[in-house]
Amino acid sequence: MTRLADAFAKGRAALVCFVTAGDPDAAATPAILDALVAGGADVIELGMPFTDPMADGPAIQAANIRSLAAGTRTADILRIATDFRARHPDVPLVLMGYANPMLRRGPAWFAAALRDAGVDGVICVDVPAEEDEALGPSLRDAGVAMIRLATPTTVGERIGEVLAGADGFLYYVSVAGITGKQQAVQASIEEAVARLKAATDLPVAVGFGVRTPEQAGAIARVADGVVVGSAIVELVARHGAAAAGPVTAYVQSLAAAIAATVEAREITA
Amino acid sequence: MTDTLTPAPDPAARANSLRQQPDTRGHFGDYGGRYVAETLMPLILELDRAYRSARQDPAFKAQFDDLLEHYVGRPSPLYYAERLTETLRQSAAPEMGAQVWFKRDELNHTGAHKINNCVGQILLAIRMGKTRIIAETGAGQHGVATATVCARFGLPCVIYMGAKDVERQQPNVFRMKLLGAEVRAVESGARTLKDAMNEALRDWVANVHDTFYIIGTAAGPHPYPELVRDFQSVIGREARAQLLDRTGRLPDLLVAAIGGGSNAIGLFHPFLDDDVAMLGVEAAGEGLEAKHAASLAGGFPGVLHGNKTYLLQDDDGQIAEAHSISAGLDYPGIGPEHAWLKDIGRVDYTAVTDREALDAFQLLCRTEGIIPALEPSHAIAAVAQRAKDMPADRIILANLCGRGDKDIFTVAEALGVSM
Repeated sequence: MTRLADAFAKGRAALVCFVTAGDPDAAATPAILDALVAGGADVIELGMPFTDPMADGPAIQAANIRSLAAGTRTADILRIATDFRARHPDVPLVLMGYANPMLRRGPAWFAAALRDAGVDGVICVDVPAEEDEALGPSLRDAGVAMIRLATPTTVGERIGEVLAGADGFLYYVSVAGITGKQQAVQASIEEAVARLKAATDLPVAVGFGVRTPEQAGAIARVADGVVVGSAIVELVARHGAAAAGPVTAYVQSLAAAIAATVEAREITA
Repeated sequence: MTDTLTPAPDPAARANSLRQQPDTRGHFGDYGGRYVAETLMPLILELDRAYRSARQDPAFKAQFDDLLEHYVGRPSPLYYAERLTETLRQSAAPEMGAQVWFKRDELNHTGAHKINNCVGQILLAIRMGKTRIIAETGAGQHGVATATVCARFGLPCVIYMGAKDVERQQPNVFRMKLLGAEVRAVESGARTLKDAMNEALRDWVANVHDTFYIIGTAAGPHPYPELVRDFQSVIGREARAQLLDRTGRLPDLLVAAIGGGSNAIGLFHPFLDDDVAMLGVEAAGEGLEAKHAASLAGGFPGVLHGNKTYLLQDDDGQIAEAHSISAGLDYPGIGPEHAWLKDIGRVDYTAVTDREALDAFQLLCRTEGIIPALEPSHAIAAVAQRAKDMPADRIILANLCGRGDKDIFTVAEALGVSM
């Protein structure tokens, strides 16, 4: 079993938590990552800052700008990942970001650097299945999962195309839009997760617009994972380098809501 | 009327043609492609199918041709710039100094080549049943052209424009509003064209069901670079026929300014298989060692806004801010077909500074009575440099892709004149 597979085999939905690397600066990120783990995050999603985050809403755009303004470099992100792996040997870590910073030194260089840093997977917003060749083969050679995104527009035959070469888990973007803006209707999430799970054995995690424990709990009842990003990034924006405490408390509230779904299931059983 | 959307020639007969790009996945050699978020991918594929079908439809072609003739005012004239030619010869050696001819796309309705593409794309949007139009704009020419066709066809229109460009292109902002468009000033990033494009993509991803994105240059995800090129190729096809008609020969050198590169590829593409040299002119801004917008001269291959191409970027792949006095050239990337044409050596690319473009702007005003936009002023500067080194019987054909009315405030400021 891989770290990612283990994280989705805990008898409840996995909690996937996103923060932008280097926000507010590279020195602050390790403590914030530790706070996510302490709060009960099962998978850490570390955002690679980019000057042009065109799939992101205002909260994560601002986090990207803060990080780059603080001078965060690719080398800093790899060091943050390496150190995280040393502190948390069993917690899966995936990088999320845009193609250009990932491809700048070549896909093989990037994939090898991630393998050496102990990164488990990559979510690349703008490398769809059609352009897999640009990044996918190098990641597979290095044993790093290419995590694919499915969206409300991923229907019919397209589901199979998105799943070809997908690994780790399937990230269902529940809203046709940018990060952090609006939340999807629960019924549409349930319908989409059922459709995707019928097509793959990979765990299906649901994200975009998830911010309250109630929402996280509702999604946890139907999906294999719940992704929370903008709400955590907003806490970092508010508290800066002192964000660890509030982040832990917030993540705990999400984790408790997800744990409650198991108790509910047991009672029903 | 010129033939604006000629079906591709038989591929078997043109196996070595340079006019057969891109491949079915939108790649020009190593460049181009469809680097978009999954939400947009099904729409991009639908657009590709709609475009293939439109290309084969005589009714689409007839409507496009009719609008270009009676609404845009095509064909645009081909003009021999006699006084400019004579003026440039004064500093050339005897028997030297090529003839300079201009393709007058600044005489189009709305004052630039941008309208050619907008007419084609709005017809596609209507064909696809889309009811809302968005676009990005830099100098505002593409925004004005988009607002124009939206008014003509009665579709609501949102134009994203960098806040910095809104400040320096007020006349075009007002034009767009007069035409009924909503102009949204983009405050993120460098507040220029690339940020406007980011914001347009964010809008599109949230409104894929009813919205068509009219991209203004020959860049973005496939099939945009191809379809924008095809719609703009009317420039080169007309110019080729007009020069043959007037002189019985093809030009020796084509010259065009390049931001994203749509006017240049529109001029170049119909000549790619001919024995004609080509020169694309990027904006060197304050100089290639300082702030500039020359992605081929100073950039590296990367991925941005849906395609792989040359980009101004740092060692970590962070996109650099471009600079040019011309808002229309102020973009850190370039269309993928130009990236490919550079790599295979078919087209030469050079760069011209703000100062050189300003000099060329004034030169054309005084020698020909034509006020050019700052974008083609870059091409004119390169023409002035090259003409004197070519024999007097040679022909340079440059694209005058926009008129300069919109730029007079910028030029006045640069020349230290208060208005």
